[in-house]
Order: sequence, then C-alpha cells, then structure tokens
Amino acid sequence: MIDVDITGHVGRMELQAQFSAEGGVTSLFGQSGAGKTSLTNMIAGLVRPKTGRISVNGETLFDADRNINLPVQARRIGHVFQDARLFPHLSVKSNLTYARWAGRRQQGRALTEVVELLGLEHLLERKPGTLSGGEKQRVAIGRALLSDPRLLIMDEPLANLDQGRRNDILPYLDRLCADAGIPILYVSHSIEEVARLSQTLVILSDGKTPAFGPVAEMLARTDLGRATGRHEAGALLEGVVKWEDPEWGLTHVDIGGEIMQIPDLPAEPGEAIRLRIRARDVSLALKPPEGLSIRNTLSGKIQSISRETGPYAEILCAVGDQLIRARITRASVVDLQLAIGKPVTVLIKSVAIDRRQRAPAPKA
Amino acid sequence: MNFIELQPAEWQALFLTLKVASAALLVALPLAILVAFVLARFKFPGHGIVNALVHLPLVMPPVVTGYVLLLAFGRNGPIGSFLRETFGISFAFNWTGAALAAGVMAFPLLVRPIRLSFEAVDPKLEEAAKSLGAHRLVAFLTVTLPLTLPGILGGAILGFAKAMGEFGATITFVSNIPGETRTLALALYTATQSPSGDLAAFRLTIVATVVAFAALIASEILARHLRKKLGGDYD
Repeated sequence: MIDVDITGHVGRMELQAQFSAEGGVTSLFGQSGAGKTSLTNMIAGLVRPKTGRISVNGETLFDADRNINLPVQARRIGHVFQDARLFPHLSVKSNLTYARWAGRRQQGRALTEVVELLGLEHLLERKPGTLSGGEKQRVAIGRALLSDPRLLIMDEPLANLDQGRRNDILPYLDRLCADAGIPILYVSHSIEEVARLSQTLVILSDGKTPAFGPVAEMLARTDLGRATGRHEAGALLEGVVKWEDPEWGLTHVDIGGEIMQIPDLPAEPGEAIRLRIRARDVSLALKPPEGLSIRNTLSGKIQSISRETGPYAEILCAVGDQLIRARITRASVVDLQLAIGKPVTVLIKSVAIDRRQRAPAPKA
Repeated sequence: MNFIELQPAEWQALFLTLKVASAALLVALPLAILVAFVLARFKFPGHGIVNALVHLPLVMPPVVTGYVLLLAFGRNGPIGSFLRETFGISFAFNWTGAALAAGVMAFPLLVRPIRLSFEAVDPKLEEAAKSLGAHRLVAFLTVTLPLTLPGILGGAILGFAKAMGEFGATITFVSNIPGETRTLALALYTATQSPSGDLAAFRLTIVATVVAFAALIASEILARHLRKKLGGDYD
C-alpha cells in the first residue's frame, strides 16, 4: 500500500504527484525528463518535498503539515539505483550483507534465499569492478532486498543495459515481482517492461501524474497517447495456457473463451500468463477472412474509436471480458464503416507476440 | 676509527627526528582528514579563506611560520601562556614544539591529496549506504573513508617526509637544542657550520637518504596492496 500526494521541486523540475496503489508491483511510467527520478528520490527521502504526505503500508514517512520527515536510513525503503552504486571496495557478499553489518537490519530474508533467487552463487567472492552490467544490477537488487525493506524502489534497473543483458535479467525480475512479498515501485520509460511486470500503472508526464490505475485499464486508455508513447501503445491480455502443440511449436492460450496461438512459449498447461498486444500489430475485418496466414482471429465488438485528425485511429475492441487495442488508418475506419457496438473480427499475427511481449502473470 | 659508524649524538638526532615526525603526523593526520572532508564536501561562506589558511605554511617563508608560532605559543604568547597556566603544557624549546612546527608545515601537504581523493569518491555511494540503514557516520566510515585510503596514505607519506626534513620553522620556534630539538636537518646544519664536521655531515646525509628511501618503498608496497584491495573500479 503506497500513498503519495506531494509537491516540490528538484532544480527547475516542478513536481506535483498524487497516486495510491495496493501491494504488488506499481510502475511509475514516463518519458525521460518527466520527473521519475525526482519523485522516487522524494519517496526515498533523498530530496525533501515542499508540501504533502507520503505513507507506505499505513506508516507515515513524510507529512509536511505534521512536520514528519523520516531520514533516509529510517524509511526502510530498498532503493535499486539506475547506476547500481555497489561499493567498489567490498566483495559482492559484503555488498549484499551491508544492511546487516552497517545498517543494523537483522530481520528479513535469508542471504541464501536471495542469492538463489537472483543467481548470485558464483559471484559472492568477486569485486563489483569485475562484474558485467547485468550482474551488478542483480547484486544491487539483492542488496536492497536484504535490507528488510517495507518498499522496494527500482529506478530503471535495465536502462543502462544492452538488449542481451536485459533479456538475461528479465526472468529474475519476473520471479522477483511475482513473489517479493513487499510492494515494489518500478520506474521505467519502457512500456514493455511496465506491461509485463506491474499491477498498477502511474503515469508521470511533465512532473505531474495525470492518471493511475490497474495496468490493463491504463494501457487501454486512448486519451493518454502522448504520455504512454503512441508507437509502443498496446493492450494487456491475461490468459491461461491450454496446451502446447509440439508439432508446430505453438502454445494455445485461453484468453477468456477465445484461444490464441503463441509461438515458442515454454509453459505448463494451467499456467497464468500475460500478453501484451501492440496496437499496430492488430488488424480488423468485418467477417472472418479466408485464405489468410494470420492464425489468431478473434470475434470482438468495437467499444470506442478515438477521434483524431492525423492519419491514424485507435480502436478499442472488447474480446470476451478483455480489451484489445487496434491502431488502423482513419481511411479504413470510413471504408469499413466502423462504429461503436459493431461486431468485428480481430486479427493478430502470432509472430508479432515475441518473447518481450509476454511474461508470467503477476500474482494479485 | 670507522667513518661510517654513527656517533651517539647522531643516533640521538635520528631517533628524535622519527619521534618528532611521528608525533606531528599522529596529531595532524586526523585533523587533516576532517579539514579535507569539509573542504571537499561542503560549500560555506569562508570556504576560500579556510582553504587559504590551510595552504599558508606552504607559501610563506618557513622562518615566518616559525616566528608566528613563537609569538603565539612562546612562553609569553597568548596561546602559550594560556596552555601553560591551564594545563601545564609548554611547547617552548622542547621536542613537542618541534613536533608542532613540523605538523603545521606538513599540514597543507596532508590536506591536498586527501581532499582530492574525497572529491573522487561519488557522494551517491553514501546515499546508497544510508538507504540500506547506515547512519551518516557509519556510511562515512564504511564507504567513503576506505575509498579515500590511497589518498590518505599518499598525504601521510608526503607529510611525514616534510616533517622529517623541516628546518626553518623549527629552528626559529624552538631553537637548536641537542637532544631536545636538534633533528637530523638541524644536526646536519650544525655539522656544516663546524670546521671538523664534514664526516658527520656525510653520515647524516646517508642516514637521511636511507630513511627517505625506505619510506618511499614501504608506501609503494602499501599502495599496491590497497589498490588490489579496493578493486580499482569506481562505477
């Protein structure tokens, strides 16, 4: 449970943020320069807000009116910095246990458990200077987890890593977010990361928080185009694995009545997964087409059509009880005479749903 | 007679020098670390003046520094008479005065490298330490200070060398008393003033060179060990 309602400034950056989120993973999403790091620094206690309140799990960390401002070391917020900030003179093991021996935080998870969770067994005796970027981030995450935090802030932990390193670390993040047991505030400018990891999405734009709410709902909103980034826009689907077709390497996923075929997805039947369907990968047809290579043809109903002046239109289609977002040309909207309430066939290429667009569903 | 063998008075000068320089370093080093930290991390009104004061002994003629010490810490000086009356401590014309002069002269050489290495340590590492529950002082002692060790070592070597060789301020402040304030440099000077002092001067020169050389070698070994221990990489 996180409650934030603050104003303040860092340099020339004016910040006015208000959001609340239940447990699980809350993503703070915004473009570079939107004020993400300023906001997390205020929550962590590194920068003092001017007015307002911050509380985590009912405990007040900051309240300008009541003159409460807990110092950083008393807030019990595990902070994973973008640049890792490992202590270069200490071994990985001493870094991991720093909160125990220097911070007097004896409670919380066992070292062996965290080492196993993040795959750090073979790194314990090394010095940070000899680690790769991804390994450094994993150690930084472990170090924060072992400080018995009430909240874990992850400030773009993948931002300084190349795509290869990112793919190495993502499975660890999936596992961590699924069973951290503490609320996580995940900061990112990548809608992909946000979509796969979080339950709640807070949008930050020009130092303000125009919207926050459940992630699927937020991603389906077409009025937040500028803040979420139009090119990468897409909807989130929750599904359950039905069976894996070994002959063709396709996994059949039930998304609430309709079945989708996803390539190259190792998963057990019954497993809950989350798929992100990019709006630009979705096509619409008036009736089920014939002689087409596209394998996912879902029947849906148009729920909204965004009125725009450019060449594009954003269409929201209800498929079962979930929403799919389609991005087509305005010309097609007119040609097909699309209107709210009209039944359509939603077409999605299986190939478009690659590794980065899916993840195990986070536990609520 | 063995020309190389040190005379008792020369042994005395050597041990006195080591005693004076060690005492000077022992007192001046913690103070220098504090001043270097303040100068590196804080901006405050008078920052430039404090910095100039610290460096003053480096640029003033040593005789002037010695004379100022004499005026301030001498028997009738304001600080000197206060210390004598309140604590019974006197720096005048004894080895502690020589240590004081050596410490003051070495101070800027201690502060400079230590300040540079404080500036090289990312203050954000302390933020990380605090976020892990470490109190400010603990964060300093466990993160910043260890990372500054190479600079502290460098400053200590430089300061120790300066303290051992100090001449002008010492002779002005506490004179040239055998067994009390006659350090190696002063003994060497005395020898050169005597018509029969050539051999003594030669021996003292050798001693000074050997001590300086040993100190440099020791510091190099220690620095290499530290570099390995600190892991080098700061990002």
